[in-house]
Amino acid sequence: MRIIVTDLACRRGDRVLFAGLSLDVAAGEAVQVVGENGIGKSSLLRIVAGLAPAFAGSAKVIGVAGLLDERCALDPALALGRALEFWSGIDSGPPGKPERSHLERLGLAGLLDVPVRYLSTGQKKRAALARLLGQRAGVWLLDEPLNGLDGHAVELVEALAGEHCAAGGIAFIASHQPFRLEAMRSLRLAEFSA
Amino acid sequence: MSARIAVSLLRRDLARLLLGGRGGGALLPVLFFLAVAMLYPFAVGPDAPLLARTGGGVIWVAALLAAILPLDRLVEPDIEAGMFDQWALRGISEELVIAVRVAAHWLSFGPPLMAAALPAAALLGLEGETVRVVEIGLLAGTPGLAALGVTVAALTAGLRGGAALGGLLVIPMAVPVLIFGAGSLGTGGESGLALTAAASLVLMALAPFAGGAAVRAARG
Repeated sequence: MRIIVTDLACRRGDRVLFAGLSLDVAAGEAVQVVGENGIGKSSLLRIVAGLAPAFAGSAKVIGVAGLLDERCALDPALALGRALEFWSGIDSGPPGKPERSHLERLGLAGLLDVPVRYLSTGQKKRAALARLLGQRAGVWLLDEPLNGLDGHAVELVEALAGEHCAAGGIAFIASHQPFRLEAMRSLRLAEFSA
Repeated sequence: MSARIAVSLLRRDLARLLLGGRGGGALLPVLFFLAVAMLYPFAVGPDAPLLARTGGGVIWVAALLAAILPLDRLVEPDIEAGMFDQWALRGISEELVIAVRVAAHWLSFGPPLMAAALPAAALLGLEGETVRVVEIGLLAGTPGLAALGVTVAALTAGLRGGAALGGLLVIPMAVPVLIFGAGSLGTGGESGLALTAAASLVLMALAPFAGGAAVRAARG
């Protein structure tokens, strides 16, 4: 599995956010995209995910990509357990139960009966992480994964990303906050801004 | 694999659209439909021959208006929640999602409306033969209305006032279904019903592609 970005440029509206960006991320590597707000971190992730068009150049993921962004993609009216079951049904087929060990580790085991709309920002983020873990994607695209999390949960996310990379996965992280991960490369988007 | 995914999607869509939770599910359009059928005799007076002659058309107009009610719940919430992005990452095409949604939307308002058309027909004093043509017409026409509703919901998702605009867009595009469906009452013939079904089929064939393209365009 790999992320290959070649001479990529991104345009939002009539402004070119960055250009000439080339990058190669191999299995087991972690990269943090850093830069101030509005510099194009999220746009870069969405282009890599194939959800937004590149203005020039190309970006592709070899392997299965999983995305974690500010939207948890869980039905607000459903109980958390049922909302996660929908995704585990899609990802692994019936009997689609979310994995218990993930839920306990993320501190969600006691919240399974709570409707998603009643969850706090941090709880929703952790629920989205449970969805990501259940997807078993090789390439993690994390857009501001630490937003709204308390100190304990921040360490948990960092540990999960570390384990994911140690198991041969890729973590591609856009965050303006420091993300502690061993042997992580930093990609300063400001160097490519047009 | 895609059959399994389609079943998962359909189960979720039906739970949302048929049972509906806070949105009222399938009940609200049906009650709205019955309310229109009930109000009409009050408005035109208790003239039994007039009601029997025009009642079938009223049922058609009420069905069309009832189909517009759930428009804002059809596509927009899933775009906002990032569901479509997650499906795209898993290689599930927007076309499949929209096709499944057309089926779920029809199941959540077509059969309930056909059932509600019976008490509505009684309120309007329709005769047995007219009721039969209305029911067959609804069976032929409501899938087209469902396809149209989902397509327009996808096109207007993310726009400000999208729901109101969607309603306005559905009405002119539903005119063929309405003309053939209500028209078959006048002639009592099968050609009108066949044309209703044909208009429905065209709308259903277009919906996944038009709706899927609209969802991708909204992603930007």
